[in-house]
Amino acid sequence: MSQRTASVPIATPREAVASRQRVPRRFNVESLGSMTFLFIFTLYFLIPFFWLIVSATKNAGDLFGTFGLWFAPNFNLGDNLSQLFTYDNSIYLRWLGNTLLYAGVGALLGTFLSAMAGFALAKYQFRGRNLVFSAVLGAILVPTTALALPLYLLMSGVSLTNTYWAVLLPSIVSPFGVYLSRIYAASSVPDELLEAARIDGASEFRAFTIALYLMRPALVTILLFQFVAIWNNYFLPLVMLSDQKLFPITVGLQTWNVTTGGANKFLFTLIITGALVSSIPLLIGCGVLQRFWRGGLGAGSVKG
Amino acid sequence: MAVESVSSPSARSGSLRRRALTPYLFILPFGVLFILFFIVPIFYAIYESLFRSQRSGLGLGAATVSFNGLSNYADVIRDPNFYTGIGRVLLYGVVQVPVMPGLALVLALLLDSTVVRFKGFFRLAFFVPYAIPGIIAALLWGYLYDPALGPLVKGFSSLGLGTPDFLGANSVLWSIANIATWAWTGYNMLIIFAALQAIPTEIYESARIDGSSGFHIAWNIKIPLVAPALVLTGIFSIIGTLQLFNEPQVLTTISNNIPTSFTPNLYAYYTAFGNNNYYYAATISVVLALVTFVLSFGFLRVTQRQSGV
Repeated sequence: MSQRTASVPIATPREAVASRQRVPRRFNVESLGSMTFLFIFTLYFLIPFFWLIVSATKNAGDLFGTFGLWFAPNFNLGDNLSQLFTYDNSIYLRWLGNTLLYAGVGALLGTFLSAMAGFALAKYQFRGRNLVFSAVLGAILVPTTALALPLYLLMSGVSLTNTYWAVLLPSIVSPFGVYLSRIYAASSVPDELLEAARIDGASEFRAFTIALYLMRPALVTILLFQFVAIWNNYFLPLVMLSDQKLFPITVGLQTWNVTTGGANKFLFTLIITGALVSSIPLLIGCGVLQRFWRGGLGAGSVKG
Repeated sequence: MAVESVSSPSARSGSLRRRALTPYLFILPFGVLFILFFIVPIFYAIYESLFRSQRSGLGLGAATVSFNGLSNYADVIRDPNFYTGIGRVLLYGVVQVPVMPGLALVLALLLDSTVVRFKGFFRLAFFVPYAIPGIIAALLWGYLYDPALGPLVKGFSSLGLGTPDFLGANSVLWSIANIATWAWTGYNMLIIFAALQAIPTEIYESARIDGSSGFHIAWNIKIPLVAPALVLTGIFSIIGTLQLFNEPQVLTTISNNIPTSFTPNLYAYYTAFGNNNYYYAATISVVLALVTFVLSFGFLRVTQRQSGV
């Protein structure tokens, strides 16, 4: 096969033309099937979110009385929002702030610590390296919810339960982040570069900051994963916190959900509006970061 | 190198010694937190699982805590609440673990293929559920399943398909599986898609010129190359399956068919905070973690042998 193309150099452009001519036919059959498949799943992924948007514009009566997938004549989004933001001394805004604090601080610190540990595991030979890496790998396989109960007892032993620290400190630790940054540091930071920096008199920490610059795409991935993981975390804050002023949105909305029904029927609209509002920062963040992330990963792989 | 050989031996050994310490210093901050919040809780849970608390007589006096050896483990293994819960999540996993990564793979391959247009739109659409916290997704689907509130039951009956009960004793597990699939497929798709994007296009450009179909390229070239990403999504699915908690807990408010021992994790939670039996809850956690570890590690070994990951 390779010999034929080698002996007839003109074959390649001709084949290229042939394949280009095939494109329209493939577009009709394969493409139509593929597009239909993707479109069906787009509906599957988007309809519940569309229902959320539609429902956030309804009052409690319309929520139960009108067709779920279209807007009611009475557009009530403004009222729902103002009720959401003022109900119970604006507790929802407090939850939003808490969630930002847990996820923002936790993910930033966690990513930095993961990068340091992953860099060390990838770029230094030292005793205990395999042990540390095995422990990190093993930790990925341990369900974090299994840790939450003993962690609660330990935290209550040092009177840290029901504080910001109880959620923030465990959230910083991300074995998966260390694993990812080790892999990316190994593939994207050349040893020669670090050697050159050292010969120029750079400290080890300065060499690390150079590596950080090269690891940027991976760090964005780790940051995004960890931010979303903490933002979405429910079990740990549920176990740790009892004061609702410390709750993140996930735990807060579920406590509302438990008390809905009967006289509290209006809480349905608050939960639905609250769920919609809480998804907006993450949607924007994911949209912005995803662009950077994808391009970054692709670029890194071409060089590697 | 040249500079190092010129410098005096003592200075060099000093810098080498400092260099030898450096990796430990880099690992130290993560390491301390890792030990505090991962290693210590594991051992503390194992320690706790060896005790039990007993109330004397009428249960009015203070509870006494006594060493119990491995009896808690014997009790957990024979506890029908525990093993039916494990059985339930295993049944769920048999469906969920192949289906979700499989669907994520198909979607990722289609988005990576040459025959699809509007890729940016599709990618964003699949990514939307990832931006919605699992607990909110469970709330949302709970409302959709609800016959009074959601359009699903009404929709089915208006199409003449009867009135499905999404929250019934036999169906609620699969309703939960649907929530998890909805919430996590996009995330898994992105992991696989990122791996696909990392394949240099030259690798399959030649196959395309040789006239291989898109399906052949996907099956023979792309899937083997993204096998590590697939293994990763498989492991995440196994772990997620065994620690199932959010969705069933949320659905308990609208379904009568989710007992407090529906999943092992739910059982551990209610044992600890409903019955204040921390020792027994710790034992459940340890056994559950062991089962999870064995299954995910076993999955890793088997797939490594199969795919040479």
